[in-house]
Amino acid sequence: MSAVATRELTMADALNEALREEMQRDPTIFVIGEDIARHGGLFRVTAGLLDEFGPRRVIDSPISEAAITGAGVGGALIGCRPVVELQISDFVSLAMDQLVNHGAKWRYMSGGQVSVPLVVRGPISNGIGMAAQHSQTLEAWFVHAPGLVVIMPSTAADAKGLLKSAIRDDNPVVFLEKRLLYSRKGEVPDGEHLVPIGVADVKREGRDVTIVAAGASVQLSLQAARQLAREGVEVEVVDPRTLKPLDIDAIAESVARTGRLVVVNEGARAGGFASEVVARTLDHVPLSDFKATPERVTAKDTPIPYATPLEREVLPSLEDVVSAVTRVMQD
Amino acid sequence: MTSVETGASVALTQLYLTMARIRAFEAKAMDLFAEKYIRGSVHPYTGEEAVAVGVCAALRPEDYITSTHRGHGHCIAKGLELRPMMAEITGRATGYCRGRGGSMHITAMRHGMLGADAIVAGSLAMAAGAAYGLQLQGKDAVVVAFFGDGGAQQGIFHEAANLAAVLDAPVIFVCENNQWAISTPISCAIRIENIADRAAGYGFPGEVVDGNDVLAVRDVAARAVERARRGEGPTLIEAKTYRITPHSAATPTDNRAPDELSYWRERDPIVRFGRELVEAGHASPERLEELDRQAGEEVEDAAEWALASPYPDAAAAEEDVYAPADWLTPGRLA
Ligand SMILES: Cc1ncc(C[n+]2csc(CCOP(=O)(O)OP(=O)(O)O)c2C)c(N)n1
Ligand SMILES: [Mg+2]
Repeated sequence: MSAVATRELTMADALNEALREEMQRDPTIFVIGEDIARHGGLFRVTAGLLDEFGPRRVIDSPISEAAITGAGVGGALIGCRPVVELQISDFVSLAMDQLVNHGAKWRYMSGGQVSVPLVVRGPISNGIGMAAQHSQTLEAWFVHAPGLVVIMPSTAADAKGLLKSAIRDDNPVVFLEKRLLYSRKGEVPDGEHLVPIGVADVKREGRDVTIVAAGASVQLSLQAARQLAREGVEVEVVDPRTLKPLDIDAIAESVARTGRLVVVNEGARAGGFASEVVARTLDHVPLSDFKATPERVTAKDTPIPYATPLEREVLPSLEDVVSAVTRVMQD
Repeated sequence: MTSVETGASVALTQLYLTMARIRAFEAKAMDLFAEKYIRGSVHPYTGEEAVAVGVCAALRPEDYITSTHRGHGHCIAKGLELRPMMAEITGRATGYCRGRGGSMHITAMRHGMLGADAIVAGSLAMAAGAAYGLQLQGKDAVVVAFFGDGGAQQGIFHEAANLAAVLDAPVIFVCENNQWAISTPISCAIRIENIADRAAGYGFPGEVVDGNDVLAVRDVAARAVERARRGEGPTLIEAKTYRITPHSAATPTDNRAPDELSYWRERDPIVRFGRELVEAGHASPERLEELDRQAGEEVEDAAEWALASPYPDAAAAEEDVYAPADWLTPGRLA
C-alpha cells in the first residue's frame, strides 16, 4: 500500500463530503428529502449543501416518501442523478412501489432504452430504543428486487467512496447507513476517493473462521474477533460492502481457506441476507471444503421492541457472535 | 367565588385539569429522557393540549382514536391512566404495551385507543377501516384520527379520506396544524391556506378551528361526531395550533423565529382557558392553582410508580409476534 494521506472524519462528514464533491462535478445531481436543506438533515449528512448549491438542488420536501422517490426515478430517466434521502430507512415501505415497481424495472421493461441513475439513501436506526417502526434492517427486501444495487458501508472511508460510486453508477442504488455509525470516526483518504461497487474488503485477516458482515455488524464482528484472538482463534472478517452485486469470489476464497463460515447480520432471520450469503457460498465452495456447518447470527424473527432488555435480546450481540464462532470451531 | 362548583363548572374545570395533566406529563417525560429513563425520543404535545382535550370531550368512552408520534396528549385526553402510560414510555413490564411500544406506540384498547403510529399519517386508513367496521357491527361509535399538517402531504391521507367518503365511514380526521414538520415550515409543504379545504375534493365537510381554544374545538368536534353517528360520513377538522417546544427530545434544535415563538406562547391554550374560566366565574385563580398542583402530583406519582416497576423479562421478547395458532410451534418460523 502506498502511503496516501488521510484525515479523520465521522461517517456523517464523510458522506457529506461525498455529496458535496459529486454535486460540484455534476450539476445534474439534486438532493431531495425531509429536513435536509435548512436543517442539514437530522443526522447532518446534508449539512451546508443548501448554502453551497441553492434551493433548486437541495430540496426540503413535504413528507411524501412515495412522491420524492418517484420524482427521483423520473429525474433519473431524463438524465439527472437524484439523491433521495429517506429520513429513516424504514420509511422506504411508503416508497417501495416507486422504488421496486418503477425504479428497479424501468430499464428492463423499456428494453434497455433508459437507465435510472438514482440513489435512495437513509439510516438504519436500531439499537437506541426507537421501536418497531424506526429500527428495521431491511436490506433483504432490496436484494430480492432485481434491478437494484444495495450498499451498506461500515467505515467512514467506505461510506464516502461508495456513495460517490453510487451516484456515478447508472443503476438505482439503495444506500443503507447505520445511524449509530454516523458519529464514528475513521481515516478517509485525501483527494478523489472512490470505492468500486461489488468489491469486498477484508477488514481483518485470520486463518480459522470467516465472518461475513456488513455495516454495523462489521464492528461487532471485529470486536468478537479481538476477543476470540485472545483464546487463539483467528477470525477473518470479510465486509462485502455491496450486498448486491455480492463479491462472492472474495467470500468463497476466504471460506475455502478457513473451511468455516459465520454470517452476521442485523436483519430478521427468515428470508434474511445471512441466508443468502450462506446459499451463495455453498454454490461456490465445495461441501468437502467445509469443516463445520455454516452459522447465521441474525436478529430474532420479531419486530424490534422498545424496552432495553427486549431490544438487546432481539438484536445480535457480541456473545451471539462469539458463541457462533465457538460452535463452528468445535464442529 | 363560591367553593361549590355547578355541573357546568365541574365539566369545564375537568377540561382544564386534563390539559394541565398533559402539560405536566410532557415536562416530566422530557426530564426522564434527559435522565436516560426514556430511550429513543419524546415528542411533546406542549401548546397543543386544547386540540386533543377539545376533541375527546366530544367523544364517548366507547369511541376510538388513533394517534401519532406526538401522542401522549391524545392518550391522556381519551382517558388513559398516567401510571401505565409512564411505565410504557420508560420501557417497563407494567406499561400498556408491556414495554414493546414505547413513547410513539401506546395502544390501550380498553380505553378506545387503537394505537399511536410513528409513521407520519400511517393510521388514517386504519381509522377509516375501523370506523367502517364499527358501523358494520351495528355500533354507533366513531373513530377520530389525529394527524399533523406534515401528514396531510402523504398519499395515504388522500386515499384514506376518499375511501372513508365512499364508505360513509364514521371517522373524523383531525389535522393538528402546528405549522411545522420538524424544521420544515408549512409554506414549504403546501400551496394552499387551509388543509381543511381539501375536504371539498373528497365530498365531505372541512372545518377550520382555532386549535388553542378548547371550547371551540369541542364544539366543532361535537358537530362532526354527530354527523358521523348519523351515518353521514367523515369530516376533516383542521385545528390551527403551535407546538411551543422543539420537535422532540432527540431533535431539540429549533430554527423557528423567536417572535413567532413568543407570539404563540402568549396564546398558550391552558393560560387562555384558565383566564376564561375565571372571567366567567367557573373557577377562582386558587382553584386553578390547585388543579395545576393536582396534575403535577398525579404525574409525579405515575413516574414514581413506573420507575419502581420491573423491566420486561428478555425471554418475553419473542412473545406476541403472532396470534396463538395450532401451527405456532418452536422452530417453525425462522
Ligand atoms: C413516513 C414518515 N416519514 C418521516 C417521518 C419522520 N418524522 C417524524 S415526525 C415528522 C414531522 C411530522 O410533522 P407533522 O405531521 O406536522 O406532525 P408534528 O410533528 O408537527 O406534530 C417527520 C418528518 C416519519 N416518522 N414517518
Ligand atoms: Mg406539524
